[in-house]
Amino acid sequence: MSEETMPISLTVNGEKVSRSVPVRQHLVDFLRTELGLTGTHLGCEHGSCGACSVRVDGVLVRGCLMLAVQADGSEVITIEGLDARGEIADLQAAFVERNALQCGFCTAGMLMAAAELVGAGAGKTRAEIRTHLAGNFCRCTGYHAIVDAVAVTLERRANGGGNRV
Amino acid sequence: MSEPARPSPLAGSNSYVGRTVPRLAAKAAVTGRGRYTDDVTLPRMLHAAFLRSPYAHARILGIETAVAKREPGIALVMTGAELATLCTGPWVGTLSCFAGMKSAPQYPMAVDRACWAGEPIAIVVADTRAQAEDAAELIRIEWQELPAIADKSIALERHAPVLHAELGDNLAFRKNIEAGDVEAAFAGADLVVEENFEFGRHTAVSLEPRALLATYDKATGKLTITTSSQCPHMIQRVFAQTLGIPDHNVQIIAPDVGGSFGLKIHSYGDEVAAVAAAIKLGRPVKFIADRLESFVSDIHARENSVKGRIAVTRSGEILGFDIDVLSGAGAYSQYPRTSVFEANQILTITGGPYRHKHYRARATVVYLNKAPSSQYRAVGHPIANTIGEHLLEQAAYRLGIDPIEMRRRNVFPDDAYPAVSASGIRLKDLSHQRCLDLIVERMGYEELRGEQVRLRRQGVQRGIGIAAFIKGTSPGPLGYYGSGGAPISLQDACVIKLEPNGGVICAVGVTEQGQGTNTIVGQIAATALGVSIETVRVISGDTDAVPYGGGTFGSRAAAIGGEAVYQAARALKSEILAIAGELLQTEPSLLDVSDGIVVDATGSRRLPLAEIGRICHFQLGELPSSRQPVLSHTRRFRLTEDLYIFANGVHGAYVEVDTDTGFVRLLKHWVVEDCGRLINPQLADEQVRGGCVQGIGGALYEHLLYDREGQLTNGTLADYLVPMAAEMPDIDVAHVETPSSVSELGAKGVGESGTGAAPAAIMNAVNDALRPLNGRVTSQPITPETVLRALGKI
Amino acid sequence: MAACPGNRHGSGERVKPAKFSYVRAGGLAQVLELLAEHGEEAQILAGGQSLMPVLNMRLSQPKLLIDINRVDVLKGIGFEAGHVRIGALARHVEVANSPIVRQYLPLIAEAMPQVAHVAVRNRGTFGGSIALADPAAELPACALALEARFVVASSQGRREIAAADFFKGMQATARRPNELLIETLIPARQHRIPVFLELARRHGDFAIAGLAFQLLLEDGLVADGRLAYFASEDRPTLALRALAAIRGQRLGPATAEAAVAALAGDLAPIDNAQASAKMRLHLQCVLTRRALAEARARSSGQTRTA
Repeated sequence: MSEETMPISLTVNGEKVSRSVPVRQHLVDFLRTELGLTGTHLGCEHGSCGACSVRVDGVLVRGCLMLAVQADGSEVITIEGLDARGEIADLQAAFVERNALQCGFCTAGMLMAAAELVGAGAGKTRAEIRTHLAGNFCRCTGYHAIVDAVAVTLERRANGGGNRV
Repeated sequence: MSEPARPSPLAGSNSYVGRTVPRLAAKAAVTGRGRYTDDVTLPRMLHAAFLRSPYAHARILGIETAVAKREPGIALVMTGAELATLCTGPWVGTLSCFAGMKSAPQYPMAVDRACWAGEPIAIVVADTRAQAEDAAELIRIEWQELPAIADKSIALERHAPVLHAELGDNLAFRKNIEAGDVEAAFAGADLVVEENFEFGRHTAVSLEPRALLATYDKATGKLTITTSSQCPHMIQRVFAQTLGIPDHNVQIIAPDVGGSFGLKIHSYGDEVAAVAAAIKLGRPVKFIADRLESFVSDIHARENSVKGRIAVTRSGEILGFDIDVLSGAGAYSQYPRTSVFEANQILTITGGPYRHKHYRARATVVYLNKAPSSQYRAVGHPIANTIGEHLLEQAAYRLGIDPIEMRRRNVFPDDAYPAVSASGIRLKDLSHQRCLDLIVERMGYEELRGEQVRLRRQGVQRGIGIAAFIKGTSPGPLGYYGSGGAPISLQDACVIKLEPNGGVICAVGVTEQGQGTNTIVGQIAATALGVSIETVRVISGDTDAVPYGGGTFGSRAAAIGGEAVYQAARALKSEILAIAGELLQTEPSLLDVSDGIVVDATGSRRLPLAEIGRICHFQLGELPSSRQPVLSHTRRFRLTEDLYIFANGVHGAYVEVDTDTGFVRLLKHWVVEDCGRLINPQLADEQVRGGCVQGIGGALYEHLLYDREGQLTNGTLADYLVPMAAEMPDIDVAHVETPSSVSELGAKGVGESGTGAAPAAIMNAVNDALRPLNGRVTSQPITPETVLRALGKI
Repeated sequence: MAACPGNRHGSGERVKPAKFSYVRAGGLAQVLELLAEHGEEAQILAGGQSLMPVLNMRLSQPKLLIDINRVDVLKGIGFEAGHVRIGALARHVEVANSPIVRQYLPLIAEAMPQVAHVAVRNRGTFGGSIALADPAAELPACALALEARFVVASSQGRREIAAADFFKGMQATARRPNELLIETLIPARQHRIPVFLELARRHGDFAIAGLAFQLLLEDGLVADGRLAYFASEDRPTLALRALAAIRGQRLGPATAEAAVAALAGDLAPIDNAQASAKMRLHLQCVLTRRALAEARARSSGQTRTA
């Protein structure tokens, strides 16, 4: 069988892109190798670690479990786009302040997942934060600092801090 | 020149040492701007995939690669035999310090026999990884399956298949330690507690797998390898030696490393194959181990069965320990750090906090048809601490002595140092007593005990587990690697330079994997020099740009690397003040540097470092002709007497066991630890927390499950259970600071203290919870099934 | 992962899929035509949360992947004629947030937070979970407890299969290779007490024991019920003996023990590395007691904390 390709058109971080891609290429390989968006990482490629988390059409997905061709016509946001929007500048600052990352390899996915939580606005307990992040593997931090950073961001937003850093 | 006595910069008000300073690299990571090996692309780059042995033990009768080679996009298909012709020879993973150990020669890819399921057999290099995998499936191999040995308990029996015929048997190494009179001590003891322990096999599971990008310039003979390694200089030596290229023509660059934990201090045959392919093809070759192949090719660790005994008097004095360790290695002893280190550590560390005089410890390490094993975070300590702390607590409860009190009666007092343990290790600057006092306070120990009693009456089983520990950090050259002949540098170095603009460049041989090495180096340099940390740039991880060092392993970066930085910065400051003295016509001893400016005895600001930088590089006419500024200083540091700098501490775990389901809920965890002088408290705390959770993984979840035929049955992240956020506790960390007496900085290692003793505390806590129901667990991971069997419910 | 003994291939360490042909189906008819033509050589790509790992690891190498994500007729959740209709492409997150599901199928609403993780629920589909029929999955057991009927279509027409007849074994169902699951119909029963319980090593993992109960009490006595167990055998199982043991009884500790005693006759659990057969049965007994106690609490208007 020869390598089947298909043209796709999608919006990535607000920019329209059109490419011809191998149909078997998953979304993260497309983002990383075709578009040079290396902020999203691959830790397992079987949906268990969450390092590949990106936002497709507004929702958090595991990018390694989606084919690039399935993103045709979609809007994809990666960590680079999330950063450029400033949507979670306070959460990012809290991560740095609290050292909620060490090697940084899980961080893009962790921020993507946590962004959903802090975006929803409701107050969450530490246990609820842990449950929400239960699909994102971190080997370095042991999670405590990450929970702290998310909790303090939720608190600041609830106190009307909004997304001010 | 001699430096007049002046107050230590460490104690100054501008000192960064002891302060929490955020990491610069964190800002890059949270914006997706980290740069890991797989993020690097080079023109005409190719990708490697491997065909790996499906058998645990099999002879390769023939390999046919012609069909694979014809596939689209394929640049190279190379077998183990072909690769062997490009190498100077096989590896033999022995060290002379482990007397009597034996290992078979190991080729980077199997030549005529595969010895573990997952061993690389052939490399395929193609335009894309997917194409390489497609072609790998078309390689035809004629196999002759051989009997495999996967069970260490029968590896030395006469009928067991012998892995390497030339070795005669499956024995890798034996060691015995004996002190005092164990027979008499045990015979005369008021109480002997005996236990059989099982520890499951683990692997590191760094989220970024092993990764390498090699490129070779035929014209200059220069080999450049970007790789996720903790030890660039060692890797430089290994690749140079194995591929026959002079070391000075090999550049190793470790960019951002996505977790390592000891996994990435080792040499791997598949990496040699990828580098050899790059040399042969004259094109860059990238190899990123995927998760599935990581499980069968990364080093393994922790597989041990231990029989242990403790002898005590009725008043709770420990007379001695007696342990017998059976360690399951892999198919070869890992090169160059060996697969016997872990067993050796178990022998030397067990019972480490205590003053008993009688000790006997035996270790037997056997080869198995499994992936090779070697050093992984806290090497041997999780096992040693579990054995010792479990036996102590069992004895304590049988004697009716509170387990904290039992430890108080037996630890080396804080003023007892220097001391020598029964296992023969020299101990200095430890603080078991203060740590025990502090953990009792932090835990609210008495209140917790009260709560435990109250809840027991309601049928809720909670347990409190304590584990005191010692941790060998920062190895010295008199120890195993150095005395054993390994090409591993136990000294470390710093080159520090003043730039024309007054900025400071600090290049170090220790490396960064996210724990904050670069940050603490900056803190130390800035403090010793008297500048603000923003003016210091740290360079690490590039053998072309840093002085020769050992990299980061054994929690050595702060203590060894940090001391070299401190010395180098003070040397630079000394020269700066001498030059300032000449320019200001003042005695250098009356000058100091503060916030980047030379100040005099009255504190007035006299000369910015930027000015000195400018003059010394551009306007040298302003200097006396006898003054040739150097402004670049190298200092190195090593331990000269000790094998390790020991750290110590104590863990506390509070758990609730659902005795119907066997599930263990972690309510909270505490650690009090003494890593000597704290350089960055937040980073030290976070190392402890991360290490704890990694240790908890081993205590409750992680287990590489092999079947009788040597097949790994759970080699995916869905089946090998790593700790995730929902099950982990909050971890309270506190420190005692007893500076190490072997250096000026006084730091000790902290990176492995969480991992080393968390499993011991967890197991003690579970057993404390099960005690009223007469249940006891002695194997890890402690699964719900383990608990229910201990309770006799299944 | 098992190796392939005695063959010519290397060990299965791959995470890039083998080549396949891909079709993005525009409508149901197209899907059914392709299934008729290709049968077992084609696979349906819906949420991809279970299929993609299998493809990535090359455990499955279909010639053709039929992407049904744009087949609109498969979407949506509705209520009509006393039945909840859940389209095959209803994402788990939609099911979890659906007011119709919450109102009429509280058992499923209760199960949804246990299904994998947030990111997986955003893409994974109800139909995908049913069609895959993993023995440890939540939704097949809920469907069994709720008397669901699955509607499958082929180029020859449609048929309905009752949940009790659908699950045939480990990831094996009554759906033929040329058929597509298009929707699930679940009768909205009044006055039922739902209880869903699951045990997993880590949040979001596949269960090692679980149950989905639907009970009908009349005058405080068990009038009827469906006790579905999952993660024990190779398929979700209705415990008929356990039901018989509690039918006509008042819920309480003695009734629970009767159910537990009978359960050993209903379940023949699997033995594997995740859990032994004895362990699975033991856990199901524990969950049964807890579930019946919860049902009792719910029937009197209180909810006891699990």
